Amino acid sequence: MTTSTSLVYLIALPLAGAALLLLGGRRTDKWGHLLATALSASSFGVGLYQLIQMLGRSEEARPVSQKLFNWINVGTFNVDAGLLLDQLSICFVLLITGVGTLIHVYSISYMSHDHDRRRFFAYLNLFIAAMLLLVLGDSYLSLYVGWEGVGLASYLLIGFWNQKPAYATASKKAFVMNRVGDMGLSFAIMIAFATMGTVSFAGVEEQVGNTSEAALTGMGIMLLVAAAGKSAQFPLQAWLGDAMAGPTPVSALIHAATMVTAGVYLITRSNFVFDAAPTAQLLVVIVGAITLMFGAIIGTAKDDIKKALAASTMSQIGYMILAAGLGPIGYAFAIMHLLTHGFFKAGMFLGAGSVMHGMNDEVNMRKYGALRKFMPITFATFGLGYLAILGVPPFAGFYSKDMIIETAFDSGGVKGIILGCVTLLGAGITAFYMTRVMILTFTGTKRWDENTDPHESPWLMWLPMAILAIGSVSSGFLLSRGDALENWLHPLFDHHEEHGHLLEPIVVSGLALTMVAIGVAIAFYKYSRGEVANTAPENVSVFTRVARQDLLQDRFNEAAFMRPGQALTATLVATDELVVDGTVRGVGSIAMGSGSALRGLQNGFVRSYAALILVGAVALVAAIWVVVQ
Amino acid sequence: MDASNYLYISALLFTIGAVGVVVRRNAIVVFMCIELMLNAANLSFVTFSRINGDLDGQVMAFFTMVVAACEVVVGLAIIVTIYRSRRSASVDDASLLKR
Repeated sequence: MTTSTSLVYLIALPLAGAALLLLGGRRTDKWGHLLATALSASSFGVGLYQLIQMLGRSEEARPVSQKLFNWINVGTFNVDAGLLLDQLSICFVLLITGVGTLIHVYSISYMSHDHDRRRFFAYLNLFIAAMLLLVLGDSYLSLYVGWEGVGLASYLLIGFWNQKPAYATASKKAFVMNRVGDMGLSFAIMIAFATMGTVSFAGVEEQVGNTSEAALTGMGIMLLVAAAGKSAQFPLQAWLGDAMAGPTPVSALIHAATMVTAGVYLITRSNFVFDAAPTAQLLVVIVGAITLMFGAIIGTAKDDIKKALAASTMSQIGYMILAAGLGPIGYAFAIMHLLTHGFFKAGMFLGAGSVMHGMNDEVNMRKYGALRKFMPITFATFGLGYLAILGVPPFAGFYSKDMIIETAFDSGGVKGIILGCVTLLGAGITAFYMTRVMILTFTGTKRWDENTDPHESPWLMWLPMAILAIGSVSSGFLLSRGDALENWLHPLFDHHEEHGHLLEPIVVSGLALTMVAIGVAIAFYKYSRGEVANTAPENVSVFTRVARQDLLQDRFNEAAFMRPGQALTATLVATDELVVDGTVRGVGSIAMGSGSALRGLQNGFVRSYAALILVGAVALVAAIWVVVQ
Repeated sequence: MDASNYLYISALLFTIGAVGVVVRRNAIVVFMCIELMLNAANLSFVTFSRINGDLDGQVMAFFTMVVAACEVVVGLAIIVTIYRSRRSASVDDASLLKR
């Protein structure tokens, strides 16, 4: 372990930018976006510097820590606010600041017509700072601060155009659903504190051996709840689709590349907990498997390009969670898919933003069509991302997704076969809905209105897309060449012995590619032969209808939680009014009533007072007499 | 002679005084009735002193007289002042306390 004093700059730079832009107000309107971009880029620079330093050290000396200050010191409970940059965090730091900076650059142009652009960049910087704190914190408590910070930034950015009530509602929905997950995280921290007396990663890892499996399972499940909330996993997935209300760069940065992957980070970071709690680990796999199918199915039915991509994000994160739930053999692949996904999904979201930019903010893909000729660069970058997510060799997704499918098959027994089939099927559906997006958007006949004038976006927008496209093409190959990422992350995870493969890797790749080919073929068969209606057809099967409504997730939540919750609050309000307020008001009215009744005695006549005194004295004497007798 | 007869007279005087305070309106008369009650109490004190064969009650009677003398000075001064300002010595006219 090495110590360093420069880690704090990673967080401090963007945080300073956010503070400056928010406090500086309109004065910073002219150059605020440039400052924010520069600060994000310099944070990336610090990250690169740290990576180079880290590469120069031996494996044991690679993690870097920095103690900031003594945060909580109560009795035996002592928490230092500290930062920890190890092989896992550096992956995230570079992804966050790298993709973050590209999206800053993109937003300069994308948001140039918005008079609140400075505020947007302030929030972006705030997000970067919070997300870096999330991945750099060396204890669950510091992580929690970052966790809440990204939740806040996400809320502010989803509701950035909060003058539209639907958008404000969407941000509120995301915030409330995230709260459920946050509660899971706080419970996990409480369990750690109660059973292990420490909340730092190192401390918890040390204490895992002395802790009962029940406590670890509880902690693991709570961590899973937290991850599900933040990463839009089943059963807390409903907020992600609505989160697309935010500006598209936000969807690319927060709701595709970084924040929604925080759950994967949390589970990977807590690998020691999950490895010691098989039940919780199994639940992780189940949640991942359900979500990857759930998202994929929703993705097939969405006509809104951003919502289709959001469903795809949900599904891809399902893959990551599933891989993280497979234990030591899966962690590295979860992170690899996370990184490649960060490239291709952010690139595709920016592509979607570029399309919307040229199409007067139209998001309905049925109103697109034939955009290939009008937006060649967007088509090319989006297309590369598309090939990457499909898992076509040699693009990035091929390496990461294939490894996950392979690992799923290798996890052994019936579980392995089920998971392998689910991931394979998911790959096929992914191919179907992504091909559908491509066909509807870029090929076929034009279906847009006469007054729409599609055009290519300016270079400030296509440059980040191009860089991300390069990442979509090459990152998988680079990260998996000679098992580079696996070896890099190796010291963090428990070592595992090589099992024999259930299916040879080449067979798995073949199967996956077959599924992809089938998916693509079906999509072409359905959407490429004839005209695509520019309104969604009504006479569709019940399955399509259900998928269009996000598999009834909102209806379920409303019936199972919202209405009972409303009934509960209504009951509580009524109880409050009748019992609590009733008591208070009753005391008051008794005092007032008796007061006004007794006020008649205060008539101002001396003689009546004297008479009262006399009566009182006589009554007193009589009472004494009775008692004495 | 039985000492309790004095107590009966004391009770009678006290009752007359109390009734006078409650029913009469003239401040001077009310005042005199109060004196009557005080003297009724004095009579009881002296009687008890006699019954018990010590001087405690008589000492108390002296105290009462001193207090009564002081009270007369203050009370008459108030009554005279009220009469001067309101041209009336009726206690019912001086009923401003309720406001």
